[in-house]
Amino acid sequence: MGDISGYHFQIVAALIFSIGALGVLLRRNMIVMFMSIELMLNAANLSLVAFSREIGNDQGQILAFMVMVVAAVEVAVGLAIIISLVRNRDTVNIEDTSQLKW
Amino acid sequence: MRTALFWIFSIAAVASALGVVGSLRSPINSALSLVVSMLALAGLYVLLEAQFVGLIQVMVYAGAIVVLFLFVIMLLNLRGSGAAGAESQPIAKAIGALVAVAATLWLARTLAAGRAPWPDVEEGFGTTRAIGEALYTDYVLSVQVAGVLLLAGIVAAVVLAKKKID
Repeated sequence: MGDISGYHFQIVAALIFSIGALGVLLRRNMIVMFMSIELMLNAANLSLVAFSREIGNDQGQILAFMVMVVAAVEVAVGLAIIISLVRNRDTVNIEDTSQLKW
Repeated sequence: MRTALFWIFSIAAVASALGVVGSLRSPINSALSLVVSMLALAGLYVLLEAQFVGLIQVMVYAGAIVVLFLFVIMLLNLRGSGAAGAESQPIAKAIGALVAVAATLWLARTLAAGRAPWPDVEEGFGTTRAIGEALYTDYVLSVQVAGVLLLAGIVAAVVLAKKKID
């Protein structure tokens, strides 16, 4: 594949993971923070698939598939929690929902 | 050809990921950037000979999950609440951001340092047939557990979204 190697894919995965982590740290909108978590999961998936290609073994792809299943469940439950919070508190700002903070 | 496609897809993925985090105006813009990012990642999966994972990425992420996000955003009808509170402790956040990026790049370098040339994969690597056969023979227990997890998630979502919290 020319000059493209697993190294390049790992760098892309690391960049997307960093961007997702920054989103969780910097943004205060719960829905955007949730999308940033999805970005991080996707970066992990890209890393898994790239290593799977590098080793020549399909186990990494199966693990990525399982991560997608868990991500789908997580989105359903998380968005239900956000809907419930907005109904009761009328805000998506994470600073306004601190009743679980010690 | 593959090299050009790699650069196109990876630049699109990273740029739209920045769009997800950086669009302060409305969460809708973030969700639309997320679609572009997911589709670009699906292209990268196909470049890595993982056709099945790329297909599932398009159907599950770009199809279902982002639609769910858009549905919730429009249902809640939120406006302009994205930027609120984003400016607290800007210096600490900037330093933390720089450290996070540097650490991640260093991690990627370390992970990829001892890389070998890619082996030639056999015919049918990563196709639906190969992954499906593996899933329903070696990993059948994982599939069952995933099914139970999906059922629990459905029930939890219905219960959580229905009730008022006391």
